[in-house]
Amino acid sequence: MIATDTTSLLIAVAYLVTGVCFIVGLRLMSTPLTARRGNMVSIAGMAIALIATGFQLDFAESWWIGAIGLGAGAAVGIYFARSVKMTAMPQMVAIFNGCGGGAAAMVASAEYLKLDPAVQSVAPDLSIASVLTAIIGSISFTGSIIAFLKLQELMTGRPITYPGQQVVNGLLALVAVAGLVCVAIGYEPVPAFFASLVASAVLGVLFVLPIGGADMPVVISLLNSFTGLAAALTGFALGNDVLIISGALVGASGTLLTLMMGKAMNRSVANVLFGAFGAVKPTEGGGSSVAADAVVRESSVDDVANMLANAEHVIVVPGYGMAVAQAQHSVRELADELERRGVEVKYAIHPVAGRMPGHMNVLLAEANVPYPALIDMEDINPEFPQADVALVIGANDVTNPDARSNTSSPIYGMPILDVDKAGRVVVLKRSMKPGFAGIDNPLYALDNTSMLFGDAKSSIDKLVGAVKTL
Amino acid sequence: MNYAHLLAELTVFVLAVFVGVEVIGKVPPTLHTPLMSATNAIHGIVLVGALLIAVVAVPHLGPVLSILAVFLASLNVFGGYVVTGRMLAMFKARPPAAAGDGNKKGDDLTIRLTEDWKP
Repeated sequence: MIATDTTSLLIAVAYLVTGVCFIVGLRLMSTPLTARRGNMVSIAGMAIALIATGFQLDFAESWWIGAIGLGAGAAVGIYFARSVKMTAMPQMVAIFNGCGGGAAAMVASAEYLKLDPAVQSVAPDLSIASVLTAIIGSISFTGSIIAFLKLQELMTGRPITYPGQQVVNGLLALVAVAGLVCVAIGYEPVPAFFASLVASAVLGVLFVLPIGGADMPVVISLLNSFTGLAAALTGFALGNDVLIISGALVGASGTLLTLMMGKAMNRSVANVLFGAFGAVKPTEGGGSSVAADAVVRESSVDDVANMLANAEHVIVVPGYGMAVAQAQHSVRELADELERRGVEVKYAIHPVAGRMPGHMNVLLAEANVPYPALIDMEDINPEFPQADVALVIGANDVTNPDARSNTSSPIYGMPILDVDKAGRVVVLKRSMKPGFAGIDNPLYALDNTSMLFGDAKSSIDKLVGAVKTL
Repeated sequence: MNYAHLLAELTVFVLAVFVGVEVIGKVPPTLHTPLMSATNAIHGIVLVGALLIAVVAVPHLGPVLSILAVFLASLNVFGGYVVTGRMLAMFKARPPAAAGDGNKKGDDLTIRLTEDWKP
């Protein structure tokens, strides 16, 4: 750290350039046409920051610590980033996010513990920033790990609930805040610091446990904003502006996405933040508008192939089931085949379809579906009445008409895709098991709906074959 | 406690939040997954902090925890950027057959975009 005045000035300028690169990089993501360039600009910014940091390091003694950590992190990160399947993207983003949160918590702990015991109480702004980073960073770290385990299906994706859950979470939050106060006023600061750290790590686990797989878009966005906030707070603790700027950008982005996802699910931010996620639980048939004697019409591959080939407008409605079955390439093939016959094919994308914001878009982009064919909910809904066929592939709750009309339904008020207004509806589904929220979907019993049971990918492959022979 | 310094940092933070909201609000929903991944990589900037606490004469966390902090942060940075790049490479305006045409249109739009930047 033997930096002359000129060096430290240059370092500060380099960090400023990094901040600008990040902002311009994100700005270029406003259209898919420039987004790749945006990523390059962002990478350049990161490289500049790392080079500038190199000038402040004391390589004499412990250069190997940085070399091992950086080398191993880069190797493992790049390996997984290159080999992960697009369907596994949500859990990949979750685990990278957790890594950032964990690193922030560790940096803050180190920064706090190196302060002189006398200083620990004298400089409350630094110590408060450190404790806050430790709290938010460790919530993000352990929360992301649970989110990863759920998405990777290493543990159940269903909400895990137990009596007194909210009380336990409240107590843990109280311990974390009490630790923060103790550090701020200098009362037994070091044990208090660790109490905060541990309580929030446990809170991170318990806070994600009751959240079901279908609510993951909200959780991942929220954890993303937490890590951003933790990075910004690390900046306060270290007195480093580039961390503050970058963390603030990410925090804003994550918060904005969380709000959007909450809105798309008709849940308030308070509902999201205070963990009423368990509220949407499997209900014992309660609140359903499906008559007990309702029958669903099962259809054959040939019938559906005929229906599709003779249609003029087809709207494909993908959901998480498409991701699970890895059916995106087959869907694209079917659309190609239909388009060759003069059928117009569009895709209706619900904001919370899948397990993270924009999940369906990435999968379909992987299958080479041009992005202008992917249409957001508000824009596609007026088109359903003109569509001859709506082809629902592994989407359930986002197509449930009860959300529109049945006030006793748990998802009442959630904006949905109006697939029931299409001329014919074909639903590809594994079985008649209710969707994630455990709610019956009256769509399946409608007169214009036919069901095609089976694995989405093999059903669509069969459809492609049948359309070809027509 | 240096209030002037703290206030300067808070100013930077608050202004950056507003810039963030402004910039992120313009990202179309189709890019929300790459956006999350990109912002993910950006918060990997804690790598700067991790290096600053790890590569000093006496590491504050001890060697093992220091390596772990740098490891986690660089996993975040490198993994995040590579995954974002992979995703963005897949977004195409039209089917690959007509890709040449698509690039040309892309440049037109880029010019329009840079013009948006003018105050």
